[in-house]
Amino acid sequence: MSTTNTETKGTDVKKLLLTSSPHLTSDESVKKIMNGVLIALIPAIVFSVYYFGFRSLIMILTASIACLLTEIVINKVRNRKFNEGSAIITGVLLAMTLPVSLNLGFVVMGSVFAIAIGKEIFGGLGFNTFNPALLGRAFLQASFPVRMTTWTNPRPLLDAKTMATPLGGFKFGEQIINESDHYFEMLIGNTGGCLGETAALAILVGGIFLLVKGWADWRIPVSYIGSVVVFGGIFWLINPTEYPDPIYHILSGGLMLGAFFMATDMVTSPVTKIGAWIFGIGAGLLLILIRLFGGLPEGVMYSILFMNAFTPLINRYTRPKFFGEVKS
Amino acid sequence: MKLKTFKHGSHPKEFKEFAEHKLLETLPIPDEVFIPVTQHIGAPCKPCVKKGDEVKTGQLIAESAGFVSSNIHASISGKVKAVAAFPHPNGSKSIMIHIVGDGNDEWIETEKVSDWEKLGKDELKKLISDAGIVGMGGAAFPTHVKLSPPKDKPIDTFIINGCECEPYLTADHRMMAEQTEKMVLGTKILMKVLDVKNGYIGIESNKPDAIEIMEKAIAGENTISVVPVQVKYPQGAEKMLIKAVVDKEVPTGGLPMDVGAVVNNVGTAIAVAEAVIEGKPVVERVVTVTGDAINEPKNVIARIGTPFSKLLEYCGGLKPDTRKVLMGGPMMGVAQYSLEVPVVKATSGILCLSTDSVPEIKEYACIMCGKCVEACPMFLLPTRLSKAVSKEKYEMAEELGIMNCIECGSCSYVCPSNLPLVHQIRIGKLKINEKNKK
Repeated sequence: MSTTNTETKGTDVKKLLLTSSPHLTSDESVKKIMNGVLIALIPAIVFSVYYFGFRSLIMILTASIACLLTEIVINKVRNRKFNEGSAIITGVLLAMTLPVSLNLGFVVMGSVFAIAIGKEIFGGLGFNTFNPALLGRAFLQASFPVRMTTWTNPRPLLDAKTMATPLGGFKFGEQIINESDHYFEMLIGNTGGCLGETAALAILVGGIFLLVKGWADWRIPVSYIGSVVVFGGIFWLINPTEYPDPIYHILSGGLMLGAFFMATDMVTSPVTKIGAWIFGIGAGLLLILIRLFGGLPEGVMYSILFMNAFTPLINRYTRPKFFGEVKS
Repeated sequence: MKLKTFKHGSHPKEFKEFAEHKLLETLPIPDEVFIPVTQHIGAPCKPCVKKGDEVKTGQLIAESAGFVSSNIHASISGKVKAVAAFPHPNGSKSIMIHIVGDGNDEWIETEKVSDWEKLGKDELKKLISDAGIVGMGGAAFPTHVKLSPPKDKPIDTFIINGCECEPYLTADHRMMAEQTEKMVLGTKILMKVLDVKNGYIGIESNKPDAIEIMEKAIAGENTISVVPVQVKYPQGAEKMLIKAVVDKEVPTGGLPMDVGAVVNNVGTAIAVAEAVIEGKPVVERVVTVTGDAINEPKNVIARIGTPFSKLLEYCGGLKPDTRKVLMGGPMMGVAQYSLEVPVVKATSGILCLSTDSVPEIKEYACIMCGKCVEACPMFLLPTRLSKAVSKEKYEMAEELGIMNCIECGSCSYVCPSNLPLVHQIRIGKLKINEKNKK
C-alpha cells in the first residue's frame, strides 16, 4: 500500500474539504440579526398604526420598499452581496421618524437618500459611518424643514394620547398630558407627530427582546437613557419650573426609539464595552443640551449622528486591557 | 454554587454524545507504522535507525535533538522499510520512520520500578524525558521542559487539565473514568518532580461521572483536589484553566510558570505513570474517533504511527457522504487531505464530519457587532486585528496584541458574518514572526 494512494475504502479523499479551523460556526448570522430587529419593531409598528391610522402603514411600506429597491439596484450595479433585511430596517426606522402627514414623495426621497448616500456610498452594510435612517431623516429635515415640522391637518394625536392612557403600562401618558402647557406645546409641536415615537411601551417591548437575544448591546440604551435622566435631572433640580423632569425627557420625542433601535445599530456604534458606555453617555448629554439650549426642538437624531461620527475614534481609544496585561 | 471559569469565551454545541460512553478499546497491532520525527514543539529528532534495521517495540528510533525536543520510539516490532518524507497530519510532508511489522509486538527490556517514591526528582524527570512524553492534549510541548522551570520561577500550583473543552472529543473523559489510578499516580509523580503541595484536577461539569470517580480516587489525598469548572470554550486552554482554578492571570507573553503554575493533560499524567512504573515509553495513545460520518464512534488505544485509515476501518469505516476529516476537535483541528497520515503523539481525536455538519457558509462584511470582542478570552479585538492583517498593517496588529492570540477560534465561531477572523490572525502572526526573524 502506498501512502500516496488517495482512495480509502470507497471514500474519495479528493472530495474532502480543506479549510482552516474552526470547523464549527454558531447559529448566529447577519440574516438572523436583521430579521430579529424587524420582529422587534412589530409592536412599535402596530402601535403606530393604532395611533395614526392606516396612513402610517402606507408610509412604513413606502419607505421599506423604496429602501429595498434602492439597495437592490445599487448592489446589482456594483455586483455585491447584500442583505435584504438591513434595507427594510432602514425603511421602517426612517418612516418611524417622520410626521404622518408627510407627502409620500418625500418619504421616497428620504429613503433613497438613506440607502444611497447613507450606506451604499460608503461601501454598503458594515462600512457606513452614520445610521442610514437618521441620515435620511436629517436630509429631509434640512431640505424641507417646514414640511417636517408643520402639523396642519387635525390628527388624532390628542385622542391617541388619551386613548393610550387606558392601556395598562403606558402609565406616564396621563402625567405628560397633565404637565403644564409649556411642556405640552414642546411635545406635540415637534416630535409628537412622528410615527414611532409616541408608543414608549411598544418600543420598550421590542427593545427588551433585542437585548435578551443579544442583538443589541444593552449598555447603549442603559447609558443613553441613564445619562438623559441624570443630566436632565440635574437641570430639573436646578430649576423645576423652567426645565422638564427626567420622566418627561424619557417619554417625549424619539428617545426610546433612538435608544433601542438607532443608537444600538451595530455598524455605527463602538465594538468595545467601555466604548458603548461612552457612546451612550455622550449621546445623552448631547440630547439634553440640544433639547434645553439648542436651536432645534428635538435632539435624538443629532445626538446619535454626532456620536456615530465619533465611533471610530472611540473604538481606537477604548481597547480592552489584554488578558494578563500588566499596567506599566 | 457557581462553577469556576474565565471571562469571555464561547459556547459551541458539545456533540460529546457520539463517544462519551464508549469504553476504551485497543486497536490490533497494525501491519505497518509511519513514525514522524516531528511530533512535538521544538527541534525535530535525529533518526538513529536506518533502512533495513530490525527494531523492537519501545526501542529508541529517533533521538531528541536539543533540550526542547522529545525522544521517539518504535511502536511495533519489525523492520525499518524507509526513512523518508510522508504526509504528516499537520498538513506538511515530514521525515518519518516507516516500520513494517513482524506481527510479534516484541518489546525491548523495560525496567520496572516497584517503589517510585524512593526515586529522586532528577531520576523521575529523566525517566519522563527518556520516555518521550509530550503534552498529550494536542499541543505536544515536551513535558520534561515544563518540569524544569528556572530557579527564579518557583512553582506552587500543579493542575491536571481534564476539561476537554473541544466539542466531540472524549479521550480524556474516558481515560479519567477508566485509567483513574494511573492518572492519580501520574499526578503524584509530577507533583513530586515539581515539589508542589497544591494539586488540582480541573474537569468541566459536563463529565459528572469523571468528576465523581476522580473525587473517590483522591479521597485519601490531602494535596490534590478536584475542581469542577464551567463548560465553556476554551476552558482547557492553559491560561484559561489557571485563571479558573487559582484566579491568576498569566502575564502577556508569559508562561504559566510566571504565576507559579504548571498544567498537564490527563493523558500526559497517565503516560508519566506508565513511563515511571512500567518503563514504557510513549508508543500509543487514546484517540477519539468520532463525528456523524463514522459508522461506529469509539475511543481507541492506538499505536503511534498507525495510519488514520486503519483506525477508521476499525470504527466501521466512513459514511459515503463524508466531507471533512480532522485531526483534533472542530475548534482547532486540522483538516486532512489524506487518510494515510499517521496517529502522532498529539492526535487526541479523528473527527469525521458529513456534508450536513459542514454547512455552506456565506460571508458578509463585518457589521461591527462586537461579538468577537466579547468572545475573545485574551481580550483582543479580533475584528480589528483581522482588518489590520488584511491591509498588511502588521505594526498596528502588533500594537493591538496580535501575538497574544491563542488561536482558539472563538471569534470565528461567533461571527454572524462568518468571517475567517482567526485565520487572518494566524496569517498575521506568521508574517510578523517571519519579519522578526530577519
